[in-house]
Amino acid sequence: MKGIAGSKESNDCLITIETSEKTKIEIQSIVGAFFYEQILKTIEDTLTENRIKNVLVKIEDRGALDYTIKSRLLTAIERMKEDV
Amino acid sequence: MINGVGRFIPDNLDPFVSSDNFLTKERKLISKKNKQSKTVFLNNLTEVFDILNITSGMTFSFHHHLRNGDQVIQMVTNEIGRRNLQNIHLAPSSIFPNYTNLVDLIRNGNVTDIHTNYLNGPAAKLISEGYLRGKLVMNTHGGRARAIESGDLLIDVAFIACPVVDKNGNGHGSFGKSACGTLGYAVSDLEYAKKVVLVTDTVVEELKDYQLDGQYVDYVLVIDSIGERSGIVSGTTEITKDPIGLKIAKECANLLNFLGLIKNDFSMQTGAGKTSLAVVSFVEDIMKKNKIVGSFASGGITKSYVDMLENGLFKKLYDVQCFDLEAVASFAKNENHIAMSASEYGNPFEKNPICNKLDFVVLGATEIDLDFNVNVTTDSLGYLIGGSGGHADIAYGADVTIIISPLIKSRIPIIKEKVMTVTTPGSDVDILITERGIAINPLRKDLKEKLKGSSFPIFEIGELLELTHKITGVPKDIKSDEKVIGYIEYRDGTYLDCLRKVNYEY
Repeated sequence: MKGIAGSKESNDCLITIETSEKTKIEIQSIVGAFFYEQILKTIEDTLTENRIKNVLVKIEDRGALDYTIKSRLLTAIERMKEDV
Repeated sequence: MINGVGRFIPDNLDPFVSSDNFLTKERKLISKKNKQSKTVFLNNLTEVFDILNITSGMTFSFHHHLRNGDQVIQMVTNEIGRRNLQNIHLAPSSIFPNYTNLVDLIRNGNVTDIHTNYLNGPAAKLISEGYLRGKLVMNTHGGRARAIESGDLLIDVAFIACPVVDKNGNGHGSFGKSACGTLGYAVSDLEYAKKVVLVTDTVVEELKDYQLDGQYVDYVLVIDSIGERSGIVSGTTEITKDPIGLKIAKECANLLNFLGLIKNDFSMQTGAGKTSLAVVSFVEDIMKKNKIVGSFASGGITKSYVDMLENGLFKKLYDVQCFDLEAVASFAKNENHIAMSASEYGNPFEKNPICNKLDFVVLGATEIDLDFNVNVTTDSLGYLIGGSGGHADIAYGADVTIIISPLIKSRIPIIKEKVMTVTTPGSDVDILITERGIAINPLRKDLKEKLKGSSFPIFEIGELLELTHKITGVPKDIKSDEKVIGYIEYRDGTYLDCLRKVNYEY
């Protein structure tokens, strides 16, 4: 199962989430040097809040703010659930 | 030692003291060239290299009026590579993304030192990564003219792309198939380089009016094409549609009006970016509404200023380089569209440079810090992405210097505690306008006083920084490599900052 949300526009991010044997988060960000930990934390927290486990999350970030990352991830999660 | 903007400068270099420290110094001039012989016309670059006995270790200069369409820098530097000359020092007034062949020349040590005012593209990236074996020195437009006339920057051969040349070696920029308008950045090179080669694709019998005087020209190299016309235009002639940009531009125009700066006979300069063009448009509206006629606008001139000249809103335009084809056409036909050299524009030692007559300027920033120092040279990771150009010259010269910028660009706050690189000292920067608030430099008590009780959203710059961090999070501090790859030279020839090798990859 797989879900995608977002875009690669400036200030946005593209998030892909799919089921996996264990949880893994891959971050590619133009602002990674400054915000890698914060991006990671936002994704981890959102997964925990929604009790999502065993997924591979890939984010291609173009400088999205935390609430953008969170909303893109939530949408990707919903799309993953619908993908059967 | 630590200089006047708190930056470390090696002991063997003259540190920046303050932006008006040059007033205590004398103008230094080497003698202008006294050419004995007649101008010689050639049509083969190899011949030029042979006749001039070009060897390793020499310094060559160029201008950037043909911008991304320039084919002269490519052609000459390719010949350097073909002859495998070593330790060449290049002094182009700017380096554009299109100058791709510089990459191999830098990597292979053919080109080891560079003086320039602005650089962007693959060569800039390579230099940021530490591949230039010597040093990169970044000047301002006015500072480059000063460096050349004083002999601090000695040029062996100036290769000057020139759209039309007459039989006497006089040159002009307005005509010919590669017309680019004024040639302001080439004037110091013309007058002070040891040898001057005009490179052209159009020769006429006689020019009645010319900007480059043939008395300094040793050779004219005639080739098929000096430039690609489509690349000569800077790119943006459109006003921004971005709501944040429009909000900032509107606020800027309203603030200028509130401060009484849009009055009869006022003068201004802006950049050519989309938000700057929006500022110009809003200022134009205010001028029309209040029946204001300005004295002059200066700069890289764009279509919007040409329209204002032709509609009688400005009496004159002073133009060091035309930014679009409408400006090129206007310079050819409007007598009040006046060419200025880089020296007349911004050389601190020029008697009355245009920059000193400006009432206000509106400029951009990549970063600005709590002391109002501005960086337009490197991005937040330290990669070279631009340079002063005229930024530091007009920030010093203008009565009021305004920086316009969104508070956040792709999550990166533009306000920093300390900028990565100081391009323009904060003492010359007066007002920051963002979409969420305006900050006034505490040194400008007069402006603060005038704005007291106004409805403008005035904050301390530190408050705007805190506000930004609430939105973006606090960015992690990053460290540059220790290796110094070059220097920022202030317009008076002192050293403003060091450039260091980057430590990060994109």
